Amino acid sequence: MQEELKKIKQKALVAMEETNSLEGLNEMKVKFLGKKGELTSILKEMGKLSAEERPVVGQLANEIRDDINKYLDEKSAYIKKQALNAKLALESIDVTLPGKALPEGTKHPLTLVMDDAKEIFTGLGFEVAEGPEVESDYYNFEALNLPKDHPARDMQDTYYINKDIVLRTQTSAVQVRAMEKKNGALPVKMVCMGKVYRKDDDATHSPMFHQIEGLVVDEHITMADLKGILLEFIQEMFGEKVSLRLRPSYFPFTEPSVEVDISCVNCGGKGCRVCSNTGWLEILGAGMVHPNVLRAGGYDPQKVTGFAFGMGVERIAMLKYGIDDLRLMFENDLRFLRQF
Amino acid sequence: MQVSYNWLKEYVDIEIDPWQLAEVLTKSGVAVEHVIPCNKGVSDVYAAKVLTCEQHPESDHLHLCTVTIGAEPIQVVCGAPNVAAGLVVPFAVVGATLPEGVKIKKAKLRGQDSNGMICSAKELGIEVDKIPPEQKDGIIILPEDTPLGTDICEILGLNDYILELDLTPNRSDCLSALNVAYEVGALLGKEVRVPELKYQTNSENIHDLAKVEIVADDLCHRFVGMMVKGVKIAPSPFWMQHYLQVAGVRPINNIVDVTNYIMMELGQPLHAYDYHELAGHKITVRRANEGEIIRTLDSQERKLTSEILLICDDNRAVGVAGVMGGENTEVTDNTVDVFIEAAYFQPVSVRRTSLALGLRSEASLRFEKNIDISRTPYACQRAAQLMQQLAGGEILSGMIDEYPTVHEEVIAPLNPQKVGEVVGIEIAETEIDRILANLHLEKVKSEKGVNYYKVPSWRPDITIAEDLIEEVARIYGYDNIPTTLPGGAASRGGVTPAQKMRAQITDKMMALGLNEIITYSFINKNNDDKLRMKEDDPRRKSIAVMNPLSEDQGHMRTSILPGMLNVLANNINHRNENLAFFEIGKVFWLDGELNSTDLAIERYNLGVVLRGKTVSNWNSTASEYDFYYLKSLMEEMFDVFRLEQRVYVPCKDNPTYHPGRTAEIYISSKKVGVIGELHPEVVENYGMKSRIYAGEIDIEELFALGCGRLSVSRLPKFPSTGRDMAVVVDKDVPAVELLEVIKANGSALLQDAQIFDVYQGEQIAEGKKSLAFKLTFQAEDRTLTDGEVNEVYDKILNKLAEKFQAHLRA
Repeated sequence: MQEELKKIKQKALVAMEETNSLEGLNEMKVKFLGKKGELTSILKEMGKLSAEERPVVGQLANEIRDDINKYLDEKSAYIKKQALNAKLALESIDVTLPGKALPEGTKHPLTLVMDDAKEIFTGLGFEVAEGPEVESDYYNFEALNLPKDHPARDMQDTYYINKDIVLRTQTSAVQVRAMEKKNGALPVKMVCMGKVYRKDDDATHSPMFHQIEGLVVDEHITMADLKGILLEFIQEMFGEKVSLRLRPSYFPFTEPSVEVDISCVNCGGKGCRVCSNTGWLEILGAGMVHPNVLRAGGYDPQKVTGFAFGMGVERIAMLKYGIDDLRLMFENDLRFLRQF
Repeated sequence: MQVSYNWLKEYVDIEIDPWQLAEVLTKSGVAVEHVIPCNKGVSDVYAAKVLTCEQHPESDHLHLCTVTIGAEPIQVVCGAPNVAAGLVVPFAVVGATLPEGVKIKKAKLRGQDSNGMICSAKELGIEVDKIPPEQKDGIIILPEDTPLGTDICEILGLNDYILELDLTPNRSDCLSALNVAYEVGALLGKEVRVPELKYQTNSENIHDLAKVEIVADDLCHRFVGMMVKGVKIAPSPFWMQHYLQVAGVRPINNIVDVTNYIMMELGQPLHAYDYHELAGHKITVRRANEGEIIRTLDSQERKLTSEILLICDDNRAVGVAGVMGGENTEVTDNTVDVFIEAAYFQPVSVRRTSLALGLRSEASLRFEKNIDISRTPYACQRAAQLMQQLAGGEILSGMIDEYPTVHEEVIAPLNPQKVGEVVGIEIAETEIDRILANLHLEKVKSEKGVNYYKVPSWRPDITIAEDLIEEVARIYGYDNIPTTLPGGAASRGGVTPAQKMRAQITDKMMALGLNEIITYSFINKNNDDKLRMKEDDPRRKSIAVMNPLSEDQGHMRTSILPGMLNVLANNINHRNENLAFFEIGKVFWLDGELNSTDLAIERYNLGVVLRGKTVSNWNSTASEYDFYYLKSLMEEMFDVFRLEQRVYVPCKDNPTYHPGRTAEIYISSKKVGVIGELHPEVVENYGMKSRIYAGEIDIEELFALGCGRLSVSRLPKFPSTGRDMAVVVDKDVPAVELLEVIKANGSALLQDAQIFDVYQGEQIAEGKKSLAFKLTFQAEDRTLTDGEVNEVYDKILNKLAEKFQAHLRA
């Protein structure tokens, strides 16, 4: 009987080995271990065995059952895994194909620069102020120490609406408005950014362009502070390595006035086409607020000092993104816009 | 302003090269844009005498010459028409170089040896428009007494450098070579040599021969006159021509050149009159009569107004003061006696005159920026001296000097402590004094800690303490100022709520796949018609620009669409077919007459334009943009601000838009904008063909509505039950009305109702449409039974039947 059991085991193992489907395994289970299965049938004969033999055969039968079961489980797990692998293999796709088409929105480069500037300056404690674009001659010129007939008005070609109203030629027009709004409180710390207009239309001038203006008025404000704020801004905007230098200049609303250059963002100061081989890029005008402007804003120049600066957004965008043609900014060609 | 490096060296010792000088000047505020060498590579060109000059045997236009530069004769072929024996000319020997690397070699021209070249101005790299006209077409003719063999670069001043100054308006003092020299002297710490006056006068007194009367002494503050008799008009010497050329002035003759030379040297414009053409030998300075006419030196007749200051003789106007002389009294080749005018005209008056006549000259440029009134007599005397030197004749004794409006000298105060307070670094008082003294700012007194400095007369830009601080700071050097951050009370920076809202709209539009554009705020008035605005549309009352460059910039926009539509059209021309743009910018409304206190109404608008198809690729199909795409963009944007109660009212009478595909948007009963398909004629007006969807939202209205509050509802604990309801109604019934009835009758159990299908066509009667809704029912405290849901469902259906004769779709 023991021999027979061993034979069944042998038979079962061979049969299972040859089976490659879960159904087949199930059949095996029924065939060998089921109620009418071969092992069961043999065990029904157990009664005929002697009392000594019975436990031995019983144990052997149990072992064989366990072995077969174990093998069945292993084989079934194997087949399942095989099947899964086969399925996954069938499902493979070309991952190098592009993804689903989603619309790509973009911000205009000028907005990007102004957003950056907003973030930098609000982080430095500046409020973002605003003013009208159709502005009075007073705020655009006179309050800025530029009376009518001042020769420096020639620096800008102005669009007039009537003799008292202009399209603002500079965001500096917001300076005195911002001071008035503060009503004498300190500190005044504002930036303003937006559109300005000048009668100039050629390859390097647009009749409408954008400026960023800054104004700080408080006790003990110095040119050293101006340098400090500008350095922060420039390095945030163009990178830590950029340095700046101040050159004397002239604006009617600041005294002293300076022109600020930054080391060339293209060549790092070695000299290249972008900086006309000077290593420096002219980027903004600044200075200490003229006493007449402080007075116009309701502040006493004996008690407070201040600095102001102004820069062209187009210029910064062109340098930052390597744009070589100003006109691209307002042509709004999709092929240009999509690059931002 | 352009000034010669060598010229500056005549006034001040300069031991650095022109580039170094440029650097020093630029750093301290007189920016040197370019340093231009006058010598463009010329070497081995010498003064030579033409010994013989014959016709070339083989040519009718070439000459066969022999020349000498002091030794043996050299044969050369020359094609210039003005070559002749006896002339002294520039001669490039074999081996010489000319501009652009041209090398002179031995040559054979039509069989004759040519060992060098006789040079024209052009060949030496001199700009033709700066040389005397008679030498334009031929070789340069040098003075007879020029020593042979002299390097031509020396004679013509080619060993010089042009400093091209980019002057700020406050430094118009540097429109004078002497004043630039003062600046250089201050920077290098050197003395400045002012040219000495040294001349003999004859026994005649000018007061016996000429009179000057200033009637308008508010406009003419000073008038100085001198006379030189018996001059001989001729070209001025090369050195003077060179300095004038460098300064950008064309040499004319010795007398005129002297006046220009003095203007460039001293900043004092002069005028030379032919004495005998001055009727009555009397000059009157008065305002013009309204409509008076004068013919200026440039042969133009000019009609004047009573604001314009004139120089007149006894009969007529002879010059527009400070701007341009008259043709009638100008110095000509026949002039013998010269009357020199040196005057001070009021800057604003000159500026206005020059603007009114559209006439700008080197003279007006200087007068309007304020010249040095104390230098006027000196300038006149120096001119007389130079004229005599160059043109001979006698200087009359005496000088007319009418000076009715005396200018006081300027004393500027400075508290030395204030320098450090402004600059941010302490600068010692001795250092301050040293810097100011170098700039000829002399300390005249000290009182209560304030020092007073006398301002040199050529620096009208310095009047107050801040000006002195700037002088100190720029010479001290901005590089030497430290870098600090402002101290004082902390401030809370930030954007305003309105700015934040605009930024959020921008972000949302970008996230929704639109490209931002920026267009001009001014547009052509014809856009009103292109947009088919009604005659009484208030947007037609736009703000006109008084002085636009072109009609395209003539009016401030009252709608943001025109610029956007032009951008669409341009993109289509560039084959960008599928476009979704947005712009946020101001529109400008006229509210009555604009004046300093009543400005325009400026409102931020959002514009959106869609054209073509959505993006697609191998895996996504494109769909045409349509009204509903545009509407969704708006809905998404309103969601950002949680603006509820949005109503889209069909709009049939906006001529810009399609009458059947346009909606006005109301939020909480406020109209905030319009969206729709553009009217085909509008599309055509902008040169396009296919359908365009456009919308314009007034952001100020959105802002006024304020953001809705965000309040989160609890998540349900019990499951929901869904039911579909497809009903058939008249096709003109707006879907939103059905939705409203459904929601109104859904009791507390109806959680949501969505339209999931709209159908017209087969199986549906003509003039009808089927609308299918997905209804979701739910209770907070229990799982709903079918009975409960059915009851609400039936109620809704009954109401729809009652209101819209709706019936369930079979």
